[in-house]
Amino acid sequence: MKIKIGIGILAFFTLTAVLGPLLIGADPAATSDDGLQGPSAAHWLGTTQTGQDILTQIVYGARVSMGVGVLSAVIANAVAVAAGLVGGYFGGAVDEVLSVLTNIFLVLPALPLIIVLAGYLPQRGVASVAVVIAVTGWAWGARVLRAQTLSVRRRDFVQAARASGEGPFRIIFFEILPVLLPVIATSFLATVVAAILAEAGLSFLGLADLSTVSWGSMLYFAQNGQALLIGAWWWFIPPGLCIALIGTGLALVNFGIDEIANPRLRTVKVKART
Amino acid sequence: MRFLARRLGFYLLTAWAAITLNFLVPRLMPGDPVELLVARMRGNVDPAAIDAMRRAFGISDASLWQQYLDYLGNLAQGELGRSITFFPAEVSTVIADSLPWTVGLVGVATLISYLMGTSLGVLMAWKRGTWLDGVLPAATFMHAVPYFWVALALVFVFGVTLQWFPVSRAYGLDVMPGLTGEFAGSVVYHAALPAVTIVVASMADRILGMRNVMVTTLGEDYVVMAEAKGLTSRRVMWAYAARNAILPNITSFALSLGFVVGGSVLTEIVFSYPGIGSMLLKAVENEDFPLMQGIFLVISLAVLVANFLADLAYVVLDPRTRQEAE
Repeated sequence: MKIKIGIGILAFFTLTAVLGPLLIGADPAATSDDGLQGPSAAHWLGTTQTGQDILTQIVYGARVSMGVGVLSAVIANAVAVAAGLVGGYFGGAVDEVLSVLTNIFLVLPALPLIIVLAGYLPQRGVASVAVVIAVTGWAWGARVLRAQTLSVRRRDFVQAARASGEGPFRIIFFEILPVLLPVIATSFLATVVAAILAEAGLSFLGLADLSTVSWGSMLYFAQNGQALLIGAWWWFIPPGLCIALIGTGLALVNFGIDEIANPRLRTVKVKART
Repeated sequence: MRFLARRLGFYLLTAWAAITLNFLVPRLMPGDPVELLVARMRGNVDPAAIDAMRRAFGISDASLWQQYLDYLGNLAQGELGRSITFFPAEVSTVIADSLPWTVGLVGVATLISYLMGTSLGVLMAWKRGTWLDGVLPAATFMHAVPYFWVALALVFVFGVTLQWFPVSRAYGLDVMPGLTGEFAGSVVYHAALPAVTIVVASMADRILGMRNVMVTTLGEDYVVMAEAKGLTSRRVMWAYAARNAILPNITSFALSLGFVVGGSVLTEIVFSYPGIGSMLLKAVENEDFPLMQGIFLVISLAVLVANFLADLAYVVLDPRTRQEAE
């Protein structure tokens, strides 16, 4: 049930991001004379100070926010897989070094580091922002994957592959990696949420690419356009709500996977205590 | 004690990594940050500021290795350079002025969030199958809500619409800073909404974490045994189950502290709170690299110290870590 709701939410936003702009067709940056209108038949979610349609911005913003989230998560998980699997498989000094590196990035405060890195960027395009976010997002996945690799590498099929003379990297990426795919999927989903939140935070501070419409940059312009003081709730509620809903969807899918693995976490069919 | 020594060694290593990151990143980025600044200001920079910046970065004609040693030497003397934004103020002075606000705000808010979240998590696991399960979807949702969005919503409802609380600054314009009841009251009044933001946004993690461990713990034999002996529910819940379930929650709390600090950076900016977060944004906006480096270093060190304190708490609470040494 949880997984279904989660997948439903994710599918809705993915379709919005992919097909939405094609269906709407309007320019999200186009201004008009109807500034600061509340939700109406003409503008379902109202307009900004400069008369931009908020629904159009939300739909186009989905593309950028989710795009940065997914791109960043792909990079972060590639690093996590490399560091976690290589460290876990080889053990010894290689593992020691990679573990310490992982733990360091786990402890360092992520957002301040992202802000500082973004501060040094000469150009803050979508891709460079995704890379900066990935720098702080890979450590958790690497730690989980290393632990899993440690247990998988002792199994018979890995021993058999080694005995038959396969090279270590072939074993890591063709024997162990497929077994860990469910773990990688969970870690990937969690990284996407973290990256969407980080992008939103960075854009809200005005430190990401403000020329493209993302949910974070919408909040930046809402805050700077005094949306709160004017009472234009329709300007800042939708972007934050979308971020939270996507996060909820991804978390529901992850909880669902956890509950399949650990039946004690299930909430159904439990008799209440007195 | 070996456990603590190992952790201490790791935190020292991490602190060194943060320092080195601070040193290397500006050098790895394309272009010289100082020339970048001069170019952006079209040459309208005080030569003294350029000089201060070169010194803060340790940028000179010397080899990279020599620059690194100079940089470490300066740091060891507590020399963080001069701020460009507040020139000629020292970076350390600027940080010392803003740090107490953040530490006070984040410290109190984190404590409240931890106590409330953990208790609620315990209760929810205990009362599984009752109406309290309804909190679960809400917590899942709050877990994914951006801190600054919670802040915006609170400003809108309680600051602008109801006008119950002030929405910016750390104390009223009409009170003089000092050790007076009036000033303290003003500070608490102004900190209310930012603190509620951090509590609301960070509590969900604690609730979910505590609940999940607690649910597993409740299935353990010693809990069933305690119930069978006829102990009161309250005693079984707190003294038997929660006491054991809280250990992993302390570790995860220490690790998530970095997120709380990051979230408070955003919160401070929404409320124009004069803490270290607002200062960090100001530094980045003004390309004030020495201030930026100094703040990142201080935030990192603070998080490391907090992590070490969590480790200490762990040693006190978990006898197994103490037995390890014997």
